[in-house]
Amino acid sequence: MSGGPQMIKISNLSVCYKNVDQFVKVIENANLTVKKGEICAIIGPSGGGKSTLLKVLAGIIVDYSGEVLIDGKKVDPKTHRIGLIPQNYGLVKWKTVEQNIFLSAKIKDGKNNIDMDFYEKLLKELKLKDFVKRYPSQLSGGQMQRVSMARALLLKPNVLLMDESFSALDAMTREDVQKMFLEVWDAHKVTTILVTHDIKEAIYLAKDIAIISSSPGRIVEVISNHLFGCINGSVDLEYAHINNKLRKILKGDKQE
Amino acid sequence: MRLKENKLINFVIAFFIVFGLWQIIAMLINKPLFPPPYAIIINIFTTFQEGIAIHVVYSFNRIVVGLLFTLVIGVPAGILMGYFKKIDLVFSPIIYFNYPIPKIALLPIVMLIFGLGDLTKIVMIFLITFFPVVVNIRDEVKNIPEEVFYPMYSLGATNFQIIKEIIFPGILKALLTSLRIGIGTAISVLFFTENFGTEYGMGYFIMDSWMRINYIQMYSGILILSVIGLFFFILTDVLEGIFCPWR
Repeated sequence: MSGGPQMIKISNLSVCYKNVDQFVKVIENANLTVKKGEICAIIGPSGGGKSTLLKVLAGIIVDYSGEVLIDGKKVDPKTHRIGLIPQNYGLVKWKTVEQNIFLSAKIKDGKNNIDMDFYEKLLKELKLKDFVKRYPSQLSGGQMQRVSMARALLLKPNVLLMDESFSALDAMTREDVQKMFLEVWDAHKVTTILVTHDIKEAIYLAKDIAIISSSPGRIVEVISNHLFGCINGSVDLEYAHINNKLRKILKGDKQE
Repeated sequence: MRLKENKLINFVIAFFIVFGLWQIIAMLINKPLFPPPYAIIINIFTTFQEGIAIHVVYSFNRIVVGLLFTLVIGVPAGILMGYFKKIDLVFSPIIYFNYPIPKIALLPIVMLIFGLGDLTKIVMIFLITFFPVVVNIRDEVKNIPEEVFYPMYSLGATNFQIIKEIIFPGILKALLTSLRIGIGTAISVLFFTENFGTEYGMGYFIMDSWMRINYIQMYSGILILSVIGLFFFILTDVLEGIFCPWR
């Protein structure tokens, strides 16, 4: 985690929520830093607070203790440009693909300030040109994923947050969309946090992998992944090594 | 396009079947109480301008103004109750308490408050359509998945932006559906209320013809009232086609 300016810094983050009449701690003293222009995956068991952590970073949850900084300033959706791709993509089914993609930039910068050149470029990069007039119900899962990616990127975000964005896709589509994501990321170098429960996905897509424990979630370890961007299994021994290491940490945490 | 053509053809076929059966039954019964449809249609064409048009205008006007009141008050109320939990907590019990009251039973009170004029009829239409519109819209807003809102929150979108961009276009389908259901009831209530304190309106026209034992005129009124209902039904269908193409 050394070198490069920090884009995201989470210090001693704790989050509680009220369940009936008692408080449940979802995240406890989590610490994490992500360098500018890098992808960090957060993996961990279900209920470990991965999505909660992402909601804190997105400014959706504001009731927490600790410090969460983006580019040195406290998270504020009004001042930061945060692109969020939620589970199930969060597309608006009564808007066309084009209207969905415009939505974020329109809200942030106004209808007349949308960068149309960049929009055209994204359509080309994400192979969406043929679908712009369609509605989300007329798209496949992979196409919806790409639309939500285009919507987040058109915003030119400081930070891109992805919540298990590839989990609903079948294996082949997932590989295609992951590859496309890396190509687009490589062109724009947006600082990204990717929440996933898939070890393979984390190894393929992230330079750093943070392991979060089961509830209450703590960042147990952050490992540097030099197999980032390598197609799964192409560097068998190293891949197996990192895969086993992550499994050990996750299993160890479960036994605790 | 083909679907639209099929719909139109089906509509014409249904029209001819209903009127054909009516014609046959009327010929079999052969009594002034049950006149054949051709006689009614001829009567409408010959007497519409001098005798019926003014009543149509009054009834149409009452329905439109009543529905406008429902839209102007009911749509914002439904949206606010669906989106803001605290508003829903306060207003839902009030809505639930008032929803089951048979609105027609309120007519004497409404007449005492608003008099015998047009306003009473408009208020009755408003009362009958307001509650289903509010409840349907509130539920529709609540049914919008949370994930749709998350990217908006992360952008720091204002409530106004969220309502304008996400909620309002999303409730149009539910709004038109509840209006479609409400219109049928509104016309029934209108018919009833137009029998009090007025000499204009299709309700008055039908009952007046009945008392004069002018059955052809009475059936003409019923047919025209049905056509007014049909007009609003088709209008909601057309609006749905324009504003909800994603369906």
